[in-house]
Parts: sequence; structure tokens; C-alpha cells
Amino acid sequence: MSMENLLLAIPLAPLFGAILAGLFGRQIGRAGAHTVTILGVAVSFVLSAVVFKHFAIDGADPFNASVYTWMVSDGVRFEVGFLVDNLTALMMTVVTFVSLMVHIYTIGYMHDDPGYQRFFSYIALFTFSMLMLVMSNNFLQLFFGWEAVGLVSYLLIGFWYTRPTAIYANLKAFLVNRVGDFGFLLGIAAIYMAFNSMDYATVFAAAPAQADATYQVFPGVDWSLMSVICICLFIGAMGKSAQVPLHVWLPDSMEGPTPISALIHAATMVTAGIFMVARMSPMFELSTTALSFVIVIGAITAFFMGLLGVVQNDIKRVVAYSTLSQLGYMTVALGASAYAAGIFHLMTHAFFKALLFLGAGSVIIAMHHDQDIRNMGGLRKYMPITWITMLIGSLALIGTPFFSGFFSKDTIIEAVHHANIPGAGIAYWAVLLSVFVTALYSFRLYFLVFHGTPRMDDHTREHLHETPWVVTVPLILLAIPSVIAGFWIDPIVFGDFFNGVIYVSPEHTGLAHVAEHFHGATGFVMHAFAGPAIYLAIAGVGTAWYVYMKKPDLADTIRQRFSALYTLLVNKYYADDINAVVFAGGARGVGQLLWKIGDVLIIDGLLVNGSAKVVGWTAAVVRKIQTGHLYTYAFSMIIGLLFILSWFVFISPGAVQ
Amino acid sequence: MIALSDYLILGAILFGLSVAGIFLNRKNIIILLMAIELMLLSVNMNFVAFSYFLGDTAGQVFVFFILTVAAAEAAIGLAILVVLFRNRQTINVQDLDTLKG
Repeated sequence: MSMENLLLAIPLAPLFGAILAGLFGRQIGRAGAHTVTILGVAVSFVLSAVVFKHFAIDGADPFNASVYTWMVSDGVRFEVGFLVDNLTALMMTVVTFVSLMVHIYTIGYMHDDPGYQRFFSYIALFTFSMLMLVMSNNFLQLFFGWEAVGLVSYLLIGFWYTRPTAIYANLKAFLVNRVGDFGFLLGIAAIYMAFNSMDYATVFAAAPAQADATYQVFPGVDWSLMSVICICLFIGAMGKSAQVPLHVWLPDSMEGPTPISALIHAATMVTAGIFMVARMSPMFELSTTALSFVIVIGAITAFFMGLLGVVQNDIKRVVAYSTLSQLGYMTVALGASAYAAGIFHLMTHAFFKALLFLGAGSVIIAMHHDQDIRNMGGLRKYMPITWITMLIGSLALIGTPFFSGFFSKDTIIEAVHHANIPGAGIAYWAVLLSVFVTALYSFRLYFLVFHGTPRMDDHTREHLHETPWVVTVPLILLAIPSVIAGFWIDPIVFGDFFNGVIYVSPEHTGLAHVAEHFHGATGFVMHAFAGPAIYLAIAGVGTAWYVYMKKPDLADTIRQRFSALYTLLVNKYYADDINAVVFAGGARGVGQLLWKIGDVLIIDGLLVNGSAKVVGWTAAVVRKIQTGHLYTYAFSMIIGLLFILSWFVFISPGAVQ
Repeated sequence: MIALSDYLILGAILFGLSVAGIFLNRKNIIILLMAIELMLLSVNMNFVAFSYFLGDTAGQVFVFFILTVAAAEAAIGLAILVVLFRNRQTINVQDLDTLKG
């Protein structure tokens, strides 16, 4: 099979499954629906693995070609094409692997749901969209994938469409993403304007020549063209990857079924922004302003969103805020020009966060869809597989040495420490302190759910049991890479894996500095004991243990002592309220204004009814002249006649000669 | 010798009288018809006078036509008047204001 056909088969297999399950769900039945979609994604995964081997291990040259020309308009080619190199191959493998796990898991999780076929159709469609996004070789197709994953995310958050909260959440996700996508679209438009091409290779090749170009966004204000483009693109990434202040949709997206929280809102779709920035590294490297912006946004997200995880009581929301915080880490890595570290964290995070979400889903199944961690406790005895895999996921998340999260996270912290970009200083402190926060909320969740005394009601406790194999097998399969994936750090981050794929300017030495001191994975662990991060993680776990296990009433005391802080955190920094008042309220206000003044007053009042009224009023005046009496008409006739005669005689002498 | 101007003045007086008759008369529609006849006759007077003084008989031919038309018009007008009276029981001009807006 030629490489082109093989690459085509990768996105089309899940699409085929999605179409079959979506349009013919009733005919093929529940078993048919999950068979076709799982088969599609499995084919996709196997082929992705083949592609990964071909490019990453055998070292083949990147594949870059168009497979279909959609249209040519005035010299602009709109094409469907694939750019497959090590970065793409890695993303494809991660996406299809996590997606496959989630597909299998869904059989168990959605077992009793009436929308079974629809769900499988959506998640397979999502896999297709995400693959189109990562495999694209041009900005247009990237945007297509970008919007398609947004659409599927919308459909899935609102999957249980009879719940008002779900509808609110999916609308919110869609609208917030629109804000980001608008920036993204502006960025693409600016690229097209500056480079007259949508093709990655062409644009990247031409970008360095434009490094010093300026562009007037507002008349009289010269801005660096690259900064404008990169910041616009990054605004898109902020929407998709849920960075402050466009993060508000992600916690609410937990209204969707848990498998999609794992697939879309933890492992894959939200990483699209990270992937995109890494892919655009030749452009971002040209703009220090944009990189500073990226690192500061990432730092804010990493630290402040992590804090929110500490006060949440919904098991999925804790993991959701954790996701936000970890996405912040990745963004910080991008800002520090440590793209490889960011992508590496993306990969390890995809494994352990999908694991944590699916584990949370497993707990939710056992708890009969009660998601409040205050009602759990002591589940360790009842669900050993879920317990052990969740423990692995949590350990990986907080960065325990030798677990995957440790390598990726420590690399980021070290790279930021040595980064020389403005903003790196605060970013370093933000990611460092986040280590403590991460450990605190992760183990708060872990202790409250799996240890301590059971707090659920008797009925639920009687029915507590381990979930079926379709749920636990994906957990185990995800736990394996969560542990061992870290050892790939050597080739991926410090090796030549991303040579020729990701471009790092020689001025940005953060990651290079870390690489100098890197002497194998074990040495990296030893080195970590000299740094503060690992002790902060231990302190976080210790605090969580002390507060939630040893002295459970301490939590309430702290809450009362710091009630102002607690209120701030519980209200999520009032971000939702600010959005509701300023943006939603503002939009409604503008709408009200346009309606009352524009529509009711000007259009209806003045133009439509106004002109009718003028006609009526004129007619009312004119009808007074119509007396109906013969002599009036005769009189006006005579007067008219006189006027015409006078005209001919006095004014227009030419007429009478 | 009676000059042309004398005839024209007589015609103008007759015309003015008939116009005044149309305007001032508020009572009887028959007077209205009579005033219109008078107006036509004053025009005829002018025609005849000019015809005589200019030596052109075309003017007098016109007068015949006008008289014929005037007779027809008077007949129709009176016929309408009869029908109108039958319907409205009045020939008072002031009461005939069906065209009022």
C-alpha cells in the first residue's frame, strides 16, 4: 500500500465507522454500532503505529503532499493534504490509542444509555476530526479540523440533551470557543495576507524573511507582523486548550458523559492548541512578544486553575481543573521554547489524564452516577483495579520519580528555570508552586475516594463492586504507558526526534541548557532530588494526608479561617459571573439597545410606521380641500386656468408670438 | 360705428357674469347650467365679432358647431338634472357634496 493511501485510510476508517453508526444505527443495532466504530479506530491505531514506526523509528523523510484539491480560486489553492513527520506521527498514535481505549470503555460506561449508537458515532467522528487536524499540511485543513473537533465537543457535552445544565454547558463551550476561533481565523487571514499561501512548508520557509516586518492593525500603530499573527493564532489555542481567560468552558464540559471527558476534554482535543503552537514553532520563534504572552498565560492557568481543584467536590471537576493546570504547564513549556517538552508532557498527560478520567468514570459507575467525593470513601476494598490504576495515574500526575509525569513535568520546570524570555521568572514560580497544589488536590481526591470510612448510603454500599472488564481493561492499558512513557524522554525531548520538525531559535536556550545536564533517565531522577519540585510534591501529598486522613475536621477549620479565600475559590475567581455580567450582559445590553432604538424606534417607528403616518397625515390635510361642492371645483379650475394663461402670457413669452 | 373692442368688452362682461354665476350661485343647479350656456354664448360673441372684422367666415362656422354642442350638452345636462332630482329630491348645489373627501 502506498504511503498516500495508508495515510488516507487513517482518518477515513473512523469516519466510515461514524457514518455507519450514525446513519444506520437502528439497522446495525448496539453491538453493530460499537463493532464498526471500534474496528475503524483500531484500524486507524494500527496504521498510525505503522506510520510512527516508519517515520520515527526507521527515520523516513517527512511526507508532505496534497491528496485532493478542493478548489482553486484566484491562485489560492484550497487543498486537503497531509504533512506527516515525527510530531504528527506521535500525535496520531496518542490520539488513536486513547480513542481506542475510550471506545472500548464506552461499551461499559454507556451500557444502559438509549443514545448508544449516537455516542459511538460522535466519538468516532471526533477521532476523524482530530486526525484531520494533526495530519493537515495547510492552515485551511487545520481550521477544518479545529472547527470539527469543536463541533463534536459541542455535540458530546450536550449529549444528554434533556438536562438543562448540559445544554447550558455545551452552549457555553461553543461560544467561548468561538471567541478563540475568531482570533485563530484572524491569524490565518493574516498569514494568508502576508505570505499569500496556506501551505505550512511555504509559510514556514518565508517566515524568517518577515521577522522584522511591521503591520498597522490600527492606523498609525506599527506592530510586528509575526507578533500579530502568533498572538492571534495563540488566542485560538487559548480557546481550544482552555487557557485563562477562555478556560471557563472546560469545567462545565464535565456535564458530558465521562468517556468524552477523558477523550476530548483531557487527552486530545484540548491539546490541539498545544500541538498547533508546536507545529507553528518556526513562526513563534520569531516573536519574543508572542512567546512572552504564551508563557504568562500558561503560568496563570497552571497555578490559579490548580488551586480551584482543591475546593471542588465533584470527582470529575477536580480532574477537570487538574487538566486546566496541566495544559497551563504545556503552554508554559511552549512559551519557554521547550516545544519538545510541551509535546512530551502532552503525550504523558494524555495517558495518565485519560486514565484518571476513566478511573473516575469507573467510580461513578460503581456509585450509581453519584459524583460527589464527600459521599465516597474506602472504595479501595471494593474496586481494587480502579484503585490501583487511579493511584498510578495520580502518582504520574504529581510527578513521582520514574513515573511518566515526573519526566515531562520536571523537564518543563527546568526548561522554564533556564529560559531567558520575559515572563519566565513568574512562570517558573507558578509551575513550581503548582507542583505542591497538584499533589494536594490529586491526593485529596485519592484519599477521599479510596481511603477513610465509607460515607455512601447503605443501598449504594451493598451494590459496590468492581466494574466490568470493558472498563477495567482500558484502565490497565492506559496505566502501562502512564508508568513507562517517561523513559522515552531521552529520544523525544533530548534526542533528535524533533529535528527538522520543531524549530528553536538559538537565542532561546532553556531546553538546550537542560539537555546539557541530561545524562540518561536515571540520572535525571537523581538530579531531581537536588531541586525543590520533588519536595514540594511530597509536601503536597503529606498535607493532603494530614488534612483529609489524619485530622478530617482540620479541613473545616481551615475553610472557616480562610473563608474569604475559600469563597473566592469556590466561585472560581468569579470568572463565570464576570463573563455573565460583562460579556453576556453586555451583549444582551447591546441587543436591547439595538432592539429598542434601532428596531422599535428607528425602523418600525420612524421608517415603516412613520412613513405610513406621514401619508395618513398628508391625506387628512388634503381631504379638507375636497369639499364635494361643484363651485369649489369650478373655482379651482378657473384659478388653474388663470395660472396657466398667466404663465404663457407673462413668464413664457416664447409661447405667444 | 361699433368697434371690435365694444364686442369684445360685451363678450368679456358676459363671460365674467357667467363665471360669477357659477361661483356665487349656491342654490340652484339650473342656474349653473344657464351660466355655462351664457359662457359659451360669450365666446360665440367673440367668434362672430372676429369673423366679421377679419373677414374670415371660419369663425361663424365654429359658432354653429358650438351652438349644436351646447344644445346637446344642455339636453344631457337637464336629463341628468331630472334623474338627480328624482334620486336626491333636491337640486340645491350646496347639498350635492358626495365627492367630499
